[in-house]
Amino acid sequence: MLELFTELTGNALLGMIINSLIPLVFVIPLALFFVWLERKVSAHMQDRLGPMITGSHGWLQTFADVLKLLQKEDIIPADADRKLFTIAPILVFAGSYAAFAAIPFSSAYIGSEIDMGIFYVVAVSGLVVAGILMAGWSSNNKYSLLGAMRSVAQIISYEIPTVLVILSIVVLAGTLNLLKISEMQTAYFWNWFIFGGPEPGLIKFLLIPFMFAGFLILYISSLAEVNRTPFDIPEAESELVAGYHTEYSGMKFAMFFLSEYANMFVVSAIVSAVFFGGYQSPFGYLGNSLGISWLVPIEQFFWFTAKGIFFVFVQMWLRWTLPRLRVDQLMAVCWKYLIPYSFVNLIIIAFLELYR
Amino acid sequence: MSIKTEHMVLNMGPQHPSTHGVLRLELELNGELIVNVKPHIGYLHRCFEKHAEAMTYPQIIPYTDRIDYLASISNNFGYAVTVEKLMGIQVPERVEYIRVIFGELQRIASHLVAIGTYGLDIGAFTPFLYCFRDREKILSLFEMTCGARLLYNYIWVGGLSHDIHPEFVRLTREFLNYFRPQVEEVNQLLSYNKIFIERTANIGILPAETAINFGMTGPNLRGSGVKFDLRRNDPYSIYDRFDFDIPVGDGRMGTVGDCWDRYFVRVLEIEQSIRIIEQALDQIPEGDVSSAIPKRIKPPVGSVYGRVENPRGELGYFLISDGGLNPFRLKVRGPSFVSLSVMGELCKGHLIADVIAILGSIDIVLGEVDR
Repeated sequence: MLELFTELTGNALLGMIINSLIPLVFVIPLALFFVWLERKVSAHMQDRLGPMITGSHGWLQTFADVLKLLQKEDIIPADADRKLFTIAPILVFAGSYAAFAAIPFSSAYIGSEIDMGIFYVVAVSGLVVAGILMAGWSSNNKYSLLGAMRSVAQIISYEIPTVLVILSIVVLAGTLNLLKISEMQTAYFWNWFIFGGPEPGLIKFLLIPFMFAGFLILYISSLAEVNRTPFDIPEAESELVAGYHTEYSGMKFAMFFLSEYANMFVVSAIVSAVFFGGYQSPFGYLGNSLGISWLVPIEQFFWFTAKGIFFVFVQMWLRWTLPRLRVDQLMAVCWKYLIPYSFVNLIIIAFLELYR
Repeated sequence: MSIKTEHMVLNMGPQHPSTHGVLRLELELNGELIVNVKPHIGYLHRCFEKHAEAMTYPQIIPYTDRIDYLASISNNFGYAVTVEKLMGIQVPERVEYIRVIFGELQRIASHLVAIGTYGLDIGAFTPFLYCFRDREKILSLFEMTCGARLLYNYIWVGGLSHDIHPEFVRLTREFLNYFRPQVEEVNQLLSYNKIFIERTANIGILPAETAINFGMTGPNLRGSGVKFDLRRNDPYSIYDRFDFDIPVGDGRMGTVGDCWDRYFVRVLEIEQSIRIIEQALDQIPEGDVSSAIPKRIKPPVGSVYGRVENPRGELGYFLISDGGLNPFRLKVRGPSFVSLSVMGELCKGHLIADVIAILGSIDIVLGEVDR
């Protein structure tokens, strides 16, 4: 894709800029859509209608909200650390946006095909932690500080089971490149890693239960990484008001808000990329059977988005069903259960791969 | 060498999403552990007791609505019972039945708020809306009868402001048939949810002895395993005619008297209230509801203490009459005020998140704490 843009514009720099803007064009409407979806999903789960006035079934509601937030006065508390307070939301948004660079949207488009793509995504998500800690500290508010502390402890802890599960897939795939991992799981859904990966044989069937365990661990810890219920402790409304973004208003608040929803999609995309074939269709491509080659990437993009939205929907479903854990219980879940299980899971998968 | 660290003081409230009104809690924290809790009250003080001295007896009734705004009927009920006791008025049978039906409907409505907001405190949003949806249906029944949805001014000394709507009995039966399965839904979403149990069992344990020493009443006392209910132990109105159980906490999920027990006693009480209402609806006689209302209320000189089982516990009115048109003194014993005093005892050594769980489980209404 990068070559195409470079050719079209005749300028490498311009091509690069256009190439890197594509995820942004994708992520902002998507985040806005998720905010709307969250409201509708929660409303229908709770016997309500949700937004109905602004546009058909309220689909313009989030645009209206963002417009309102844009016009709002940008308040910085008197005792806040002004610099950090301003940088924090940008850093958080940058973190979640940067993660999109290594995520393959389809076989034709990936922001940057780097060989350690998944490592990069995990690492760059760490920027969010710094942003959150900055926000909590600079607000000079005790609730913000407590929220930020909890958030940092939580995200860092839950990165470990996430990475261990991803590592087990890396062991099977033999690469860190997300595009290659997705490519491997091509053709039919039984080639997805959740069903033991593309290589046929006995080992494939032996792998399936461990793959399901790995998927559950990854999904649970991804919930914690994006601060969703039952792990939404950093912004536990009933305890900490709004956690680290208590003092934020206007567009700065919107940045946190949008990056939260963008992050939800990032973790869903990773879950689908490593376990559910990423952009791969579960049953072949219409473009291939019709012989229209340009249709295939579009279909792939559709499947990628659909899988992402499905996992985001499950996140919302959980959020509006489950209560919230307490902070020590949250840590217990991570350190006592998820990490040992994911470690054992990794070792077993590695052995199975060794004796394949 | 040891490093000396200071405890952090965190003000929770009066503007805070889950202090159930304008309560301010001064939390002394060691990290996230609670060292001390100091409740500061009075943000909603309206001088009810002093006001009452300047008003005639019927004029006080709308003020009693506002004591505990989630259980206005029960407050009316208590006040009417107290004044009637002093004056020796016998109210008609029909009035007694309607009072009991409304008192129990109000108990269900109030417990629904308690259960729903408790879920909200723990982080479960959806049960809250289910509870409020059902509460709305009860409020509609009230609205049909007396025109108001929150502050009813319905139970008067010696009678009622209106008779019930001709359709009321049928609609109430319909509501109860609809509502009975809904309780099970809340149980599935909340009561038996693993996370909910983790959050509430073995948290804020209130032993029976401490509960009695602090003067706790109502579901909070029963949650500690003490079988004490004014409807049974000191029957007023016609509660002695009905067949119902008094649920007590049994430590099913943890220890007797923990947050889960206090919460679950309320769920069980809803079922008992449904039983009482069904019996009352079957037995309700025809008759007049206003014949016993005195034209001028002038109780004889003397004092009386009347108490009723409010959804939150024992609501008592101590009334001194000097024989005039206004009470000489009216003192209210509010259950929430008493329950709140135990907060400091319950919270010590717990985490901030538990403060919310404990505060929600003792189910206070700030309107009644401050009066």
